[in-house]
Amino acid sequence: MSDIEKDFTIQNYLEFLENKKLMGSKCKDCGTLYTPVRKLCPKCNTANMEWMEMSGEGELAAFTSITVGTPYFIQKGYDRKNPYCFSIIKLKEGSMVSAQLVGVDEKNPETIKIGMPVKVKFLETEIKGETKTDLGFEPA
Amino acid sequence: MAKLARKVALVGAGMSKFGNHFPVKRNPDLWIDAWLNASESVDNGIDPKDIDACYVGNYSSDLFNHQGHLGPQMANLVGLTPKPAPRFEGACASSGIALRQAIIAIASGIHDVIAVCGVECMTELPTAGVTDVLATASDSLFEFPAGATFPGLYGTLASAHFKKYGTTAEDLMRVGIKNHENGAENPYAQMQQSIKDMMASKKKRYEQQGRDVPDWSDEFDFLKSSSNPIIAYPLRLFDCSLITDGSACLFLTSGDKAKQFTDTPIWITGTGQGSAALSLHDRDSLTSFIAAREASRQAYEMSGIKPKDIQIAEVHDCFTIAEIVAMEDLGFYEKGKAIEAIRNGESKRDGSLPINTSGGLKSKGHPVGASGAAMPVEIFKQMRGVAERNRQVKVDVERALTHNLGGSGGTCVVTIYEK
Repeated sequence: MSDIEKDFTIQNYLEFLENKKLMGSKCKDCGTLYTPVRKLCPKCNTANMEWMEMSGEGELAAFTSITVGTPYFIQKGYDRKNPYCFSIIKLKEGSMVSAQLVGVDEKNPETIKIGMPVKVKFLETEIKGETKTDLGFEPA
Repeated sequence: MAKLARKVALVGAGMSKFGNHFPVKRNPDLWIDAWLNASESVDNGIDPKDIDACYVGNYSSDLFNHQGHLGPQMANLVGLTPKPAPRFEGACASSGIALRQAIIAIASGIHDVIAVCGVECMTELPTAGVTDVLATASDSLFEFPAGATFPGLYGTLASAHFKKYGTTAEDLMRVGIKNHENGAENPYAQMQQSIKDMMASKKKRYEQQGRDVPDWSDEFDFLKSSSNPIIAYPLRLFDCSLITDGSACLFLTSGDKAKQFTDTPIWITGTGQGSAALSLHDRDSLTSFIAAREASRQAYEMSGIKPKDIQIAEVHDCFTIAEIVAMEDLGFYEKGKAIEAIRNGESKRDGSLPINTSGGLKSKGHPVGASGAAMPVEIFKQMRGVAERNRQVKVDVERALTHNLGGSGGTCVVTIYEK
């Protein structure tokens, strides 16, 4: 049972992420886990959630290696010669998240295997003097 | 699923030439081209006086062209002011939704005749800007920070399909090769070249420039070469649809009004629309689109026909993997079996179930908000036996289907047509 009193908003989820905590919300009525958090359980149509911290362990469900990236990732220094991996991670707790996959050979994506165990790695980027934390995973 | 309360007919369909038109042509110019082209296709002619409303499908003139409120602007250009002119948005399914809402409005008895407009002018922005605008159709809160692009999301789905069903990069290439062969026969397509044509013109260019002429053994060899770079593994450049400016126009009428315009209307007997979580990570499956399964279930039930009854289909091949998934989601093939059909050539123009005879989004082009209205243009031509050049299928098409997907599958509209 979680004793965190915060509202189940996106902003609070993101603030946890900034503090290097991957959080979900669990419906107290049906037990369904949501990552990122949701306040309303669409299955029960109730707002009876509790915060849950994820272990950060999971497996790679699907991925891609992107050579033509988004403006944010170009800003991070990625390009055609230096691609990055977008991935979907199935958490040990059962739900899925989108995250950058690091610590893999992005230039040889055929070496990256779906199903491989991964663990969370919070990725810090400095933009205009401020540090931003994004969700990442790396091979476990 | 109830039948439509009144019969709905497609009596005219046309499109602008798809391509890279800005600034020579912008939204208003493209739409007028489509309107004139569709008007010519109406056997007995059509006049704005006959039309009750203009339903506009457009994804993002707001971001592409700094122009919102497109409905009345488009309606006014073709003499439909002061009639109702709503605009519908559902990413790449925008004009599929406009079509569906027009069907519903006619079936309900509110309107008798509706002009459906699909329009998008994308090349006003450079490629990076287009990529950024398209990405707003995915989940900007949680997919953006992880680096998702549209090719990236479909590449991710492809990786899961490869793993689960043994789909290969060559299977994706087969889809692209076929769609370019079809697009080469479509005078309205953006890229009217087969992959073989492209290889030949590249070789010629290299020769003229005095460079080493590459020696590709076949299309696959070319598509695996540096001429076809990876965009989002496993997707390469030729797995991606095009950035396109274009418009399409459809004229829909109630059953009793149809004979005023033609003796040979195409009947719309089924429509369905589905939705899904915007983020892939919130979906039930990474190898299938629930929105497409739901939309097709509704459309089949409404029309009373089965997947095996469909003779041709235009499906949403925004990326080659999407055509493979569509063939499975629509029930044409069991999950994981579409690749066998593709390897056997079943989806080619002379195959047992021709798919994307227009060239698809891959070769015809993909002006995102216009694609849903452009698909029925091909169906209209094929069902009447008037598809241009060498594109007409040999069988007499009695039943056809269009499948219009929005974004990374958050929306899908499926429509069924009968003669």
